[in-house]
Amino acid sequence: MYPFKYQKAATVRGAVSLLGKAEDPKLLAGGHTLIPTMKQRLASPKTLIDLSGAGLSGIEQKGRNIVIGAMTTHAEVAASAIVQQAIPALARLAAHIGDPHVRHRGTIGGSVANNDPAADYPAALMALGATVHTSKRKIPAEEFFAGMFATALDEDEVITKIAFPVPAKAAYVKFPNPASRYAIVGVFVAKKGSQVKVAVTGAGSGGVFRHTAMEEALAKRFNPKSLEGVATPAADLNGDIHASADYRAHLVGVIAKRAVAAAIA
Amino acid sequence: MPTVTLTVNGRSVTADVDARTLLVQMLRENLHLTGTHVGCDTSQCGACVVHVDGKAVKSCTTFAVQCQGAEVVTIEGLAQDGKLHPMQEAFREHHGLQCGFCTPGMIMAAVDIVNRKGAVDEATIREELEGNICRCTGYHNIVKAVEAGAQAMTGKAPARQAAE
Repeated sequence: MYPFKYQKAATVRGAVSLLGKAEDPKLLAGGHTLIPTMKQRLASPKTLIDLSGAGLSGIEQKGRNIVIGAMTTHAEVAASAIVQQAIPALARLAAHIGDPHVRHRGTIGGSVANNDPAADYPAALMALGATVHTSKRKIPAEEFFAGMFATALDEDEVITKIAFPVPAKAAYVKFPNPASRYAIVGVFVAKKGSQVKVAVTGAGSGGVFRHTAMEEALAKRFNPKSLEGVATPAADLNGDIHASADYRAHLVGVIAKRAVAAAIA
Repeated sequence: MPTVTLTVNGRSVTADVDARTLLVQMLRENLHLTGTHVGCDTSQCGACVVHVDGKAVKSCTTFAVQCQGAEVVTIEGLAQDGKLHPMQEAFREHHGLQCGFCTPGMIMAAVDIVNRKGAVDEATIREELEGNICRCTGYHNIVKAVEAGAQAMTGKAPARQAAE
């Protein structure tokens, strides 16, 4: 790993100011993607700005939203009575990221900012219609994710919290890679009123995406049977040593049905 | 060079470390606590698991500077007054190891499981050990050891967890 300068921000404002002043900076949240990436020399920031002292962890219910601080760990989301009660699908998603030790350090803000095409949280944000709060604005999930490892975040912008509207029904099912636990395909379905959203992670070549054909079918009747015959074109999907694009296309259909079945169970 | 002060196995330690020093490097190279192992060095295998502020973490994927002021417990910190920790004793009793390379991480993970979940059943143990890889045993005796260690730590038989 190349050397870097370590700085710890005491506030969000402090982090933003450091981002503006420091040489080639990167924000450090849980570090569970960034540190391995730096070891491989795929990233070599000159400065790391640690957010762990900036007061960004915590979970609260605010009206019809569950609001989760950016530095809240996966283990904290999984164990939260508030999340378990209001959006159990989100608690279960967090409980199956990586492994227990990873969940003790990895954070929701870090995962969302990284926008790994096989990460779990982006699917939850898209399907639940979450809003990403940052140091300068509020960004709807739909506009936040901008393709593989890309987001709408500016260079001097820090995610502070994420607000999830509470759905009527929701579930997330993933088909994990047995070694990395990342999703080969993960599908998050959510129903709120008459609106149904289906978000797919792990499969799309541009990262997380909404499956509108499935959404239309499920809006008529929220049942796994509604998905029979709904096609998932393989053209825009990833193919790699773990699964071809055709295989992923098939899996999207299978996993989406399981997710709907879990949501109505 | 940043100065880091933390508590390791109840002892306050201070070291000047390069910012890129991993917690596991500081433990092994500065403090000579070589019980914590580096296996894969890619946050997969769990040989480097230690407790930071009471939670099991992979010390190969944590910078020492991130642990400023933290309370760290390594495998060397489990035994008290020359007596093995109940989980260490259970690993010995049930022969939960062969080559022993993964064992420090396994035991630290196992203690963390019991701290969080109490007396655990076999299915839960297997799921919870997802972040610890053993290339020798096939896990059977490790799972038996964790189950027995959990009983010894809690004084309870495993609670049957409701199937999810």
